[in-house]
Amino acid sequence: MLKVNDIDVYYGNIQALKGLSLEVNEGEIVTLIGANGAGKSTLLKTLSGLLKPKRGSIEYLGSAIDGKAAQSIVKAGISHVPEGRRVFANMTVEENLELGAYLRKDREGIKKDMEHVYELFPRLFERHKQLSGTLSGGEQQMLAMGRALMAKPKLILMDEPSMGLAPLMVKNIFNIIEMVNKEGVTVLLVEQNANMALSVAHRAYVLETGKIVLSGSAKELQESDEVKAAYLGGL
Amino acid sequence: MEWIQQLVNGISLGSIYALIALGYTMVYGIIKLINFAHGDVFMLGAFIGFFAIARWDMHFIPALLMAMILCAVIGVIIERVAYKRLRNATRIAALITAIGVSLLIEYTVIFFRGAAPEAYPTIFENPSFNVFGVQIDTRSIFILTVSIVLMMLLQFIVHRTKIGKAMRAVSHDADAARLMGINVDNTISATFAIGSALAGAAGVIFGIYYTRIDPLMGVLPGLKAFVAAVLGGIGIIPGAMAGGLVLGVVETVVSALGFSLWRDAAAFVILILILILRPAGIFGKNAREKV
Repeated sequence: MLKVNDIDVYYGNIQALKGLSLEVNEGEIVTLIGANGAGKSTLLKTLSGLLKPKRGSIEYLGSAIDGKAAQSIVKAGISHVPEGRRVFANMTVEENLELGAYLRKDREGIKKDMEHVYELFPRLFERHKQLSGTLSGGEQQMLAMGRALMAKPKLILMDEPSMGLAPLMVKNIFNIIEMVNKEGVTVLLVEQNANMALSVAHRAYVLETGKIVLSGSAKELQESDEVKAAYLGGL
Repeated sequence: MEWIQQLVNGISLGSIYALIALGYTMVYGIIKLINFAHGDVFMLGAFIGFFAIARWDMHFIPALLMAMILCAVIGVIIERVAYKRLRNATRIAALITAIGVSLLIEYTVIFFRGAAPEAYPTIFENPSFNVFGVQIDTRSIFILTVSIVLMMLLQFIVHRTKIGKAMRAVSHDADAARLMGINVDNTISATFAIGSALAGAAGVIFGIYYTRIDPLMGVLPGLKAFVAAVLGGIGIIPGAMAGGLVLGVVETVVSALGFSLWRDAAAFVILILILILRPAGIFGKNAREKV
């Protein structure tokens, strides 16, 4: 479904990704784990068109999307839940969800999907008229996910959904990620919480200073000594 | 009774400031640029309205619409030609460019038609009417009506339409807006179009109210509208409306008290006071600047 081929990405003069390649197949949850500054968010920003690779190619459903504008990537069915949620704090929960469906024209479908998002996140329905800036961190994360789902994505990119959340909320969010995946949405999940990420993912990649250093099934990585030592908190 | 008349005059003057201030505040809200050429778009609106009414015998409403549409186009051209490439430049570079655009517009108009003022045609037969012994200027009521209608229309656009929601999203977080599929460049252009249309409308009603227009007429109202936007809290739409009205009323009161020579100074005294006492403006939250 998604094929990243040997990309280099720079922030000004600093190279953030060095010849990175990875693949996501339809229906999978693939996770990318790595420390702060490894380049995880950079990769997602490149996939969604906020950054452009200097070299290499990105193929999605058979056509090249590297260097395309963010809006055409959203239109093609890739939604990005950004790091730190980035909800529109000056707008209501409902307006945020409407913006998620910005490129869609099918009013009926939008209405149905909004109901579906409210089913997934009943808390959002309770607060649908509230300004999203007044929500708790966990609720904002739900909103960011719901907003991404409103675009009716085939592939959803999630950047650190567990960041700064209470353990119970993290569990809740990961349950919903699995649920969304079962409904047929492919997930590329970037996480520092390697334990949690590996427990829901099918496959995983480990990123270090802009390069993939390890990949395999989630189970394999969970058992790998290197991963245990570096990301799962020792033995 | 005279006070009521003065109050009405102040409010109608204030609503002209408010219309101009809205353009400042919307543009600032979305790209953090003080568009100093905005007062000159107001001047161009006044001239377009003048030609439409005096030379081409158009009625008031079509003339107003024409001024608004042409000013919207001019605003978008200014943004695309001068400001778009400076999106990632330092703020001071963009600000200096805005001042350059302002001078360019002023002296281009002078180059083509000279600096002589023009007298606006009168469009009302009865200059004033009587309500319970109070003489009310017809034009004041008319200006107020036009301004209120336009401001309601703006509120509707910003809160109920797709483009308005896109504008609010971009002004809050442009990258997050991109991830929604919003075309940020077009949204910024739309903001310039709407702000400039309001300035154009303000130009026409200014001409009708003060009857005298000239190529440098945009400078002072432009600066005062900027003060109004800061007073209300720059970037905040209701703030610009309130700031404009307060400024208009203060100026009229200062004149009515016999200090008409101090009228223009009043606006800038307000600016100094607000910057010392409450820099975020009346409606502004004291938010730290995002880095």
